[in-house]
Amino acid sequence: MADQPKLFKVTIDNITVEVEAGTSILNAARMIGGDVAPPAMCYYSKLKGSGGKCRTCLVEVSAGSTADPRPMPKLVASCRTNVMDGMVVKNITSERVQDARKGVVELLLINHPLDCPICDQAGECHLQDLSYEHGAEGTRYEFPRRQFEKHNLGPYIQLHMTRCILCYRCVFTADQLTNKRVHGVLDRGDHAEIATYIEKALDNDFIGNVIDVCPVGALTDKTFRFKNRVWFLKPVDAHRNCPKCSGKVTLWHRGDEVFRVTGRKDQWGEVQDWICNDCRFEKKKTSDWVIDGPTKVSRHSVISANHYVDTVKPHEALPEVMGGRQPRLLMNIHSVSEVNKPTIDLSKIQGPAHSGDFKKGE
Amino acid sequence: MQALTNRAKAVDRKPMTLVEKLYVWNIFKGMMITLRHLFKKKATISYPEQKRPFSPVFRGLHILNRDEEGRERCTACGLCALACPAEAITMEAAERLPGEENKYREEKYAAKYEINMLRCIFCGLCEEACPKDAVYLSETFAPSNYQRKGFIYGKDDLLIPNPKDNPGEYWKAVGNRKANKEQGN
Repeated sequence: MADQPKLFKVTIDNITVEVEAGTSILNAARMIGGDVAPPAMCYYSKLKGSGGKCRTCLVEVSAGSTADPRPMPKLVASCRTNVMDGMVVKNITSERVQDARKGVVELLLINHPLDCPICDQAGECHLQDLSYEHGAEGTRYEFPRRQFEKHNLGPYIQLHMTRCILCYRCVFTADQLTNKRVHGVLDRGDHAEIATYIEKALDNDFIGNVIDVCPVGALTDKTFRFKNRVWFLKPVDAHRNCPKCSGKVTLWHRGDEVFRVTGRKDQWGEVQDWICNDCRFEKKKTSDWVIDGPTKVSRHSVISANHYVDTVKPHEALPEVMGGRQPRLLMNIHSVSEVNKPTIDLSKIQGPAHSGDFKKGE
Repeated sequence: MQALTNRAKAVDRKPMTLVEKLYVWNIFKGMMITLRHLFKKKATISYPEQKRPFSPVFRGLHILNRDEEGRERCTACGLCALACPAEAITMEAAERLPGEENKYREEKYAAKYEINMLRCIFCGLCEEACPKDAVYLSETFAPSNYQRKGFIYGKDDLLIPNPKDNPGEYWKAVGNRKANKEQGN
């Protein structure tokens, strides 16, 4: 009994939970789950040292501990504050927190361009969800937003610096997954940007994971760039025997084509296993993978729109009635339609499609 | 049996008299109604020559809009296709190359955009969903066709004429409602 870890009782939004000493408020709230867990843009449980930068996880501590039950004077970042025994925390029940979070979202959106219609992250973007939930409808900012020179990060990763919220997740990812980090945050203040300083491609085997950890559309998959919107794709869990990584991924299908491969994300939007670049960028065929089944998508996510599970294909009765003959096709849609041409396989084009790619099929 | 309402009339099955059998009076009564309608205002118009004005809220054939510089506004964000309850809209996106800036407004554009007018129910949800003011429903309707393939509208059919090269056609295609709205802004 003696070596059993000491458990702290902490009350978050009137729900009491017992957690180990040294747990952050955010992780304690995640144990309760649901709406009680504060949103996090920079904290990533799989990355050591992450958190404390975006301030979206602010909570109110109305009683510090049983020993010292005074409330904390200011709102605290729940990802960086550890629980104490008898701590009472208010998240969604506190009006101060809601108000502060609205301000934080406005601050994050000051320099964030309103290009969701173009952005590949739209539909699975944490900032989009956050601003939808907590943000104001309009902007009060009247000045030009940040502009950056475009940096080329190689054939796999597309950087959109204007969308970056400087959460440092990708920097921690490169530090902790690769031997040598070649990108980082340069300059200070408004000029701070993610770059490689000297134009250099990110080419480590695991560097593709920066795409998954990026909470916004600053780092996106170049092989998937502008190919399709995420909500038109069907996520499917799949695995393969990969010598480098666990090989457990989510395939984003459209018909039989694999448009994109990502890591499997949990309910907090964090990947379960890091995957290697081979799995992510090279294996874009269904035959490369063993499919485990459809990915569970939250009912409220746009990705679940128009996706039906457990559907039964209706029994094809025509051939039976017609003595085994198949019905004659009177009009082939490909002879009329310009989209989904059988000669153009968008998923097989390396990088985004251009006007020339569509002329080839004509 | 007792009638449920007092409006019920018992059917008269008496044999007709000679005057009734001649039908002259009844024919005269009928002809009077016909004659009266000859001098009344007609309810119909002769369609191809004369056209009725559309209501300002009429939702007709779709138009893909351009901005004032003649660049296509659509960025293929897919929100119209997502909003479409009939799943009539499909598109394929492409990246704008350097040198194509005068053709497309944004970095991404719809290389292919297609509306199946046989599926479309003209509900106007695509127009509401569009964040770029690119697709809107005009005050015309899809002309009839003998073949189904004539109802699959590609970008060539949907795109509005360029306001720089062809301002007359552009404003004609814009239509009253849109023009009034733009002047109001």
